Amino acid sequence: MSLLAFARGPALQIALAVFAAGVAWRLLALLLLPWARDRSVARATAPPALVGAVKGFVRHLWPPKPLVRSALVVTLNGYVFHLGLAIVVFGLAQHIAFVRGLVGIQWPNLPSEVVSAVAVVTLASLMVAVVRRLTSPVLRLISTFNDYFSWLVTMLPVVTGLLAVSHLWARYETLLAMHILSVALLLIWFPFGKLMHAFLVFLTRSETGIFYNRRGAQI
Amino acid sequence: MTGSVDVSAATRTFLAQTEEHLVSYLEACVHCGLCADACHFHEASGDPRHTPAYKLFPIAKAYRRQRFPLAWLGLAPRITERDLTEWEELLFDTCTLCGRCTTVCPMAIDIASIVGAARQAFVAAGLGPADLLAAADSSRDHGSPLGLTAQKLRERIEWLQDEHQVPIALDRDKAEVLLTVSSIETMKYPDSVVAMAKVLNHAGVDWTLSTKGYEATNFGYLSGKGEIARLMVERIVDAAQSVGARTVVIPECGHAFGALRWAGANLLGRPLPFAVLHISEYLALLKREGKLKLEPLPDSITYHDPCQIARRGGATEAARDVLQDFAEDFREMSPAGNLNWCCGGGGVQAIARAAELRHKVFKIKIDQVERTGARTMVSSCSNCRLTMDESKAHWKWDGTLASLVEIVAEHLVDQKPGTGRGAVQQP
Repeated sequence: MSLLAFARGPALQIALAVFAAGVAWRLLALLLLPWARDRSVARATAPPALVGAVKGFVRHLWPPKPLVRSALVVTLNGYVFHLGLAIVVFGLAQHIAFVRGLVGIQWPNLPSEVVSAVAVVTLASLMVAVVRRLTSPVLRLISTFNDYFSWLVTMLPVVTGLLAVSHLWARYETLLAMHILSVALLLIWFPFGKLMHAFLVFLTRSETGIFYNRRGAQI
Repeated sequence: MTGSVDVSAATRTFLAQTEEHLVSYLEACVHCGLCADACHFHEASGDPRHTPAYKLFPIAKAYRRQRFPLAWLGLAPRITERDLTEWEELLFDTCTLCGRCTTVCPMAIDIASIVGAARQAFVAAGLGPADLLAAADSSRDHGSPLGLTAQKLRERIEWLQDEHQVPIALDRDKAEVLLTVSSIETMKYPDSVVAMAKVLNHAGVDWTLSTKGYEATNFGYLSGKGEIARLMVERIVDAAQSVGARTVVIPECGHAFGALRWAGANLLGRPLPFAVLHISEYLALLKREGKLKLEPLPDSITYHDPCQIARRGGATEAARDVLQDFAEDFREMSPAGNLNWCCGGGGVQAIARAAELRHKVFKIKIDQVERTGARTMVSSCSNCRLTMDESKAHWKWDGTLASLVEIVAEHLVDQKPGTGRGAVQQP
């Protein structure tokens, strides 16, 4: 079996299985914990819980005004690489073809030049993130293996993908195999590290939204 | 410390509280570090260890070791005595549970909730600042953290009545409103108690203090001693029920408000049999009902939002409602309201060893006030006031500090007492 066949076949299948089972396991382990029951009387003006949850989610999309100045670069950079990753993952014709093969749905693609340009910007943004992590005294103190490894497995598919589409450095088949293997690594790591925040953000923002809105405070 | 720190008790106590939302918060942190710039302790000291996310490390570690879905692999490091002793200072001295870090967190993690739970674990391990824990024990044994026993309260009220010629209702058989006091103001700012009495008398409220339950502060809650926290709530419930009060008014103390209004029913395990209002909310209500007749206040003032009343209490507008059309030269600080900088004292004002750090924090406040140009900073929390008074003396700052209820009481227009009864629905 060639490296590419292995990457496309068993490697990706195993990775997808680990990803799905792992995410389900982590979420279940969390959701099956006891839920705190708040016996305090909500403020008379408090919105229903669902409204509080949505408000909490929306409110934390952007830092509050007095804190924008210190948080601006990090927040903007966060948006750049999150949106960049989304555009690259869902915009490239080859990715859409892969999803179609997997689950049978498809959507229009973006021109490959556009996707490549976005990937370069995303990569630059990821570099900014890691440089900041390595240089800021606060971030150096609070960063762990999880932070650096999660960064690495996010960055590798972008780099290998760019190399593959530009046919640089090695044979296309080899580069494509490397790209797919790096995605497999990302999928396998996803449930066990901080990439889980992609799911947890819906829980935490909603719960904080409900918590503060029932008190009559919107933060 | 070595040998006396019970690591397993800490772990057990924390894990007993691993409810879904706390664990979601622990697992969701992406270590972005934005919370550092929101925290007044980090802002004042520049010490990366004061980053709010960092304060959660030992707790996250304890959780990962024991309960994380991959714990069986045994890869997570074990929590050590050293972790606990190192973090004791971070969790107690450098967090006022003010919640400002939550406002900037992209994951909206409520760090204050976890710090509150973590303190219980630390106390179970035999850690925690001795003076804070002593304040909790004194509340249990003497009724108040500063030794204000029922007998001392009686004597003090008698003295204040004579001194100020203001009737202060104590131990009436029946009343619609139970007023509580914080021992900080009873011992250090007794004028505040007189001011509350003046306002309630002026508005014709049917009220009383009770020696059965008078202490509004809850150091059991602040120090992580759950049993004492519940006991303090039970005393107020007993007092309210014995006089038939359907409304309990909390004095100018932010943490006392949070401990009863938002945590009281949870500590008790059942809903509270009365509405709980902070005095600023009650003043706003009396004003809305036309029961407060006030002379205008011409001085330039600004208002410091106590964290537990505004950001975490939801009563941000109450003080402003009181000040509107009354304070003629009211100037907002920037930032104010829900994003206000904390005073730096909070419930941990009692920790003497952290005084230096609190003084540094007060610099932020001095700067805020001076930018408004106001002469006087008014607040509605005696904890904030004590913290700020001490730091004001330390820096020899010439600004003036004042209390909301006191300035209201000083500007009451004489009128025939109203006829309102005073009990209200929970707002």
